[in-house]
Amino acid sequence: MNKLKLASGALAFVFAFALTGCGGGGDRPGSGALRAAMEAAGNVVYFDLDQSVLRPDARRVLDAHIAVLRRNNASIRLEGHADERGTREYNLALGERRANSVADYMSVNGISGRRIETVSYGEERPVALGSGEFNWRQNRRVEIIH
Amino acid sequence: MRSFSPPFHPVLAGALDRIRAARVICAYRRFFFPPARPFCRLFIRAASLACVLVSLPAQAELVIEITQGRDDPTPIAVVPFAWDGKGRAPGDIAGIVAADLLRSGQFAPVERGDMLSLPAREEDVFYRDWRATDVEFLLIGRVSAPERGALRVDYELFDVFRQEKILDGNEAGPVEALRMVAHRVSDAVYEQLTGVPGAFATRIVYISATRASWRKKQNYRLMLADSDGARPRVIFESREPLLSPSWAPDGRRIAYVSFESDRPAIYMQDLKSGARRQLTNFKGLNGAPAFSPDGRLLALTLSKDGSPDIYLMNLQNRTLRRLTRHYAIDTEAAWMPDGKSIIFTSDRGGRPQIYQLTLANGRTERLTFEGPWNARASVAADGRTMAMVQQAGLRYHIAVQDLVRGRVQVLTSTELDESPTVAPNGSMLLYATKYGERGILAAVSVDGSVKFRLPSTEGDVREPAWSPYDPGL
Repeated sequence: MNKLKLASGALAFVFAFALTGCGGGGDRPGSGALRAAMEAAGNVVYFDLDQSVLRPDARRVLDAHIAVLRRNNASIRLEGHADERGTREYNLALGERRANSVADYMSVNGISGRRIETVSYGEERPVALGSGEFNWRQNRRVEIIH
Repeated sequence: MRSFSPPFHPVLAGALDRIRAARVICAYRRFFFPPARPFCRLFIRAASLACVLVSLPAQAELVIEITQGRDDPTPIAVVPFAWDGKGRAPGDIAGIVAADLLRSGQFAPVERGDMLSLPAREEDVFYRDWRATDVEFLLIGRVSAPERGALRVDYELFDVFRQEKILDGNEAGPVEALRMVAHRVSDAVYEQLTGVPGAFATRIVYISATRASWRKKQNYRLMLADSDGARPRVIFESREPLLSPSWAPDGRRIAYVSFESDRPAIYMQDLKSGARRQLTNFKGLNGAPAFSPDGRLLALTLSKDGSPDIYLMNLQNRTLRRLTRHYAIDTEAAWMPDGKSIIFTSDRGGRPQIYQLTLANGRTERLTFEGPWNARASVAADGRTMAMVQQAGLRYHIAVQDLVRGRVQVLTSTELDESPTVAPNGSMLLYATKYGERGILAAVSVDGSVKFRLPSTEGDVREPAWSPYDPGL
């Protein structure tokens, strides 16, 4: 139910942008600055332990991506990850939950769910090897692949 | 068999563990390297030093390291088996049997240098030779080659105190299966002496990954090895993650998750032919495969309908039946041995706990109430002992819960223990843990009294799955 609502909301957004001439079809003038801002924000958002709720810093990163995605019709892939604590299959589910929470945020902000692919790698692809919170917090993440 | 568990005291227990470990390691050293006695005494003092114990022949990728044994292991003499064939003996069968018995933690094999005689036949056995060295049981045997490439072992087990033969038997097979033939002798001896069938002649599968941040080239391997870690061989290899290997009850096929298509999908592979079949490729998660005890159904986790839920796949016609319907995470299904219900991990109560779902009526009840976090449970063949991962503070341990009495016992004390898998005879658990920064496999007896490690020589090793009783050599 919730998903449907989000999806229809996203559709309405895209439609609205198409009408104003801002959505769809290639980059528009001025997108260079937005793209630079997106690249500065990076393509990774981080999460708290066992959480899939977006943190304020994550929203800022995503907003930069959304600004660019609104001006083109590219597809993206969201890869969810977890740290090494907990069991592997549970972490796969947790990584998916994180990727979905990013996808939902993008949807309510006007990016069609059809442009977003999500996949979870759980704890299988750590960025930082080794134990300890310093490593773990780098691995609890969603990567946005354009 | 007597067993003794000292009253629990954290510091004392640690010291006891180390002393026991040293003692067992020394027994092992004495057995395989007889002249090393002064060194061994030194070794007791340097109890914290690890000793690498190589199962013979020393070609295994995994090496056994016993870290804790029982206080009163039964002394047994496993005399080198006589070779009745031409040329050199094909391998040290008695050495493999002694290593099996030692690894069980319940036996202390006598070092070969301490044997006053080396009988191979009943008429050559003089009990006084063995009573003099306090040996309680004596195993002798002969190896012959009935035809080219074949192997036959005849063995006899004696009770030294009662001065009588308590078991004789034979095992046969091709020369390549020498280690399995030896493990079958161990199984028979173990059962005769403990009343519990042995599970030495079984196998394990596990995942081995090169240790690198994934941005570098990483390699994942699905491995098959004997239960003692010997004879490791690669079953499947991929640049993308492999996980969750699970045995079919016939011991001939396994199911696992592979990301080779850039998404998770479940595959089934025949171990003998190597033939693979993709079973699922749904949107979202495709994970945690678990064969039903009759081998006809596969429980699995899919998120194609929203959140992760447990489904059953009929392996004949591939139809799916949805078992759970909850917005929470439901995953890691395992079967009760009677096939009438499954247990699974769910965070529907806020944090992961273990639930049981009865297939006939869909009724679901929570099984775990001790500890804030319990996951990845599996049940031993007795239907009563449930092994699981339990969080305690920042650490994750292997725990067992008695499903009848509800009593929970934490078996391990290392930091990131996961993926417990119970031996088919219910005696030991294999699990994944970290040693230093590396993933290794370790084993613990179901009562927690015996522990050993199987460190690998390369990469991260994890997700062991213990086979059912072996279908053949």
